[in-house]
Amino acid sequence: MATQHSRSAARLMMAPAVFVLLVWMLVPLIMTLYFSVLDYRPMRGAFDCCVGLSNYTSFLTSSAFLDSILVTLVMVGGILAITVVGGVALALLLDKPIWGQGIVRILVIAPFFVMPTVSALVWKNMFMDPVNGLLAHLWEFFGAEPISWLSDLPLFSIILIVSWQWLPFATLILLTAIQSLDSEQLEAAEMDGAPGYSRFLWIILPHMARAITVVILIQTIFLLSIFAEIFVTTNGAFGTRTLTYLVYQRVIESQNVGLGSAGGIIAVILANIVAIFLMRIVGKNLDA
Amino acid sequence: MGRITLDKVTKRFGEVEVIPPLDLTIDDGEFVVFVGPSGCGKSTLLRLIAGLEDVSSGQIRIDGEDATQAPPAKRKLAMVFQSYALYPHMSVRKNIAFPLRMAGIDKAEQDRRIENAAKVLNLTDYLERRPGQLSGGQRQRVAIGRAIVREPAAFLFDEPLSNLDAALRVGMRLEISELHERLKTTMIYVTHDQVEAMTMADKIVVLRAGNIEQVGSPLTLYREPRNLFVAGFIGSPKMNLIDGAEAAKHGARTIGIRPEHIDVSPQAGTWEGTVGVSEHLGSDTFFHVHVDGMKEPITVRAGGEVGLHHGDKVYLTPQPERIHRFDDKGLRIA
Repeated sequence: MATQHSRSAARLMMAPAVFVLLVWMLVPLIMTLYFSVLDYRPMRGAFDCCVGLSNYTSFLTSSAFLDSILVTLVMVGGILAITVVGGVALALLLDKPIWGQGIVRILVIAPFFVMPTVSALVWKNMFMDPVNGLLAHLWEFFGAEPISWLSDLPLFSIILIVSWQWLPFATLILLTAIQSLDSEQLEAAEMDGAPGYSRFLWIILPHMARAITVVILIQTIFLLSIFAEIFVTTNGAFGTRTLTYLVYQRVIESQNVGLGSAGGIIAVILANIVAIFLMRIVGKNLDA
Repeated sequence: MGRITLDKVTKRFGEVEVIPPLDLTIDDGEFVVFVGPSGCGKSTLLRLIAGLEDVSSGQIRIDGEDATQAPPAKRKLAMVFQSYALYPHMSVRKNIAFPLRMAGIDKAEQDRRIENAAKVLNLTDYLERRPGQLSGGQRQRVAIGRAIVREPAAFLFDEPLSNLDAALRVGMRLEISELHERLKTTMIYVTHDQVEAMTMADKIVVLRAGNIEQVGSPLTLYREPRNLFVAGFIGSPKMNLIDGAEAAKHGARTIGIRPEHIDVSPQAGTWEGTVGVSEHLGSDTFFHVHVDGMKEPITVRAGGEVGLHHGDKVYLTPQPERIHRFDDKGLRIA
């Protein structure tokens, strides 16, 4: 269909968008790369060009780096586990015809619309406050000692908050997956003598495998950059400092732009490695 | 064994009564076909027997035992679905093995039964493939294989051939009939295609709006349709139904005559008419003849090489012993 003329017209019209996208992506990346080889500490007036890779080596060798990697893995892993398992369970429930289905579904999606900062604040002050929080009252109602969530179980608390936010996303995608399952397959399995849990294990779960991998992939990409929830609740204290947060601290709190930029580049590389692995797994799953 | 008895079975979806009280007995080893236009309740009836729907009232007995409340798995019935309902993530072998695995049958026995079924259905070369890599006919055979290995009391087929193309359908029809001859197991087969019903059934159950219109062997239904509905539904092309003065001559409200029971002559006969559209099938030719004084054209079967053309004058003579007579209520007059 496309003639020579229309093709060149198309290129011409796409050009501004491509140009803007490239600038948007490349300028920050190049600036970060540039800063990462500088000794750039604005508060001390240091701006020395070309310290080579010393920023990288000092970032990689600091003890905070390995800790932050571990925290990041635990946090992302924990949230993924909770949202996938919870999402499957909720999707199974919501798939059943119930009274007021439309409203219930909207309510389930609601947490996803709450901004991360707001939800972290609500959780911190309304639920997890050891004196006035609802959870403290609940514990007291049962005669138990209220937990001081954010100082005793800081990592778990953040996992909980973020899971609450991402559960709707997982539920939504998994629900559509369940709804696309051919009901005759379930009936066939029923005729074949498969009880409820076997039908779930052998028919429903394999059917959802693809959707689950998509959920894991998308969530991992977003979860690697969790920031607001940590900033609002623990400020990175009590072993909740993820790689993203470490980079922030290096740049803003220590005012060491060079070191922070090096950390940022390292984070980008690590995130890409994770993404490549995930893409491979997902790709394999999508082929089948 | 597979004797199935329905005793005053009804099914209601809310206010709508899909199946009014219905009695039916299916004998062991019979090939029974439920046939009727779409929406006549034939699939619902099959699902009631399978246990995939609950009956509203009445009783279903399988081999004399009350199975009305029994879950599908306990009824010893196997079903082949219209969409085949194969498990897409399992290989053919695993698909066929699934009911055996659920029944907790040991591995060696599983393999033996799978090999047998695969041999019967020509699936041996495809056992390691996924359903997605098979053609429609092969998928159909896998679905049948999954039913066979359970060694059920009866097979239930829900329009199994409607997703296949015409040539394949004829082949699968033969294969299913062949299978029935070999296994001698009760089979209940739902279709809207009267050709499938006529060719395969030992016993046809004609349904309309949940009511049984007639039960009988294919030839009984062909020779002695109990009412106008069955008369019009069984046989291809349709029986000619004639109202008015011509019917009154035979002492009936409506008379019916099949296209193959009318003699055509260019010289003389009972009815005079003009040839309309003719359909040449090679072996046969169907003429649509406009007879003077009749609203509908009469369909007539003639030999393949009869030289009649559009607009020609012809005379039609119905074979008198083949005329079906129906009264005011549409019932057959004996």
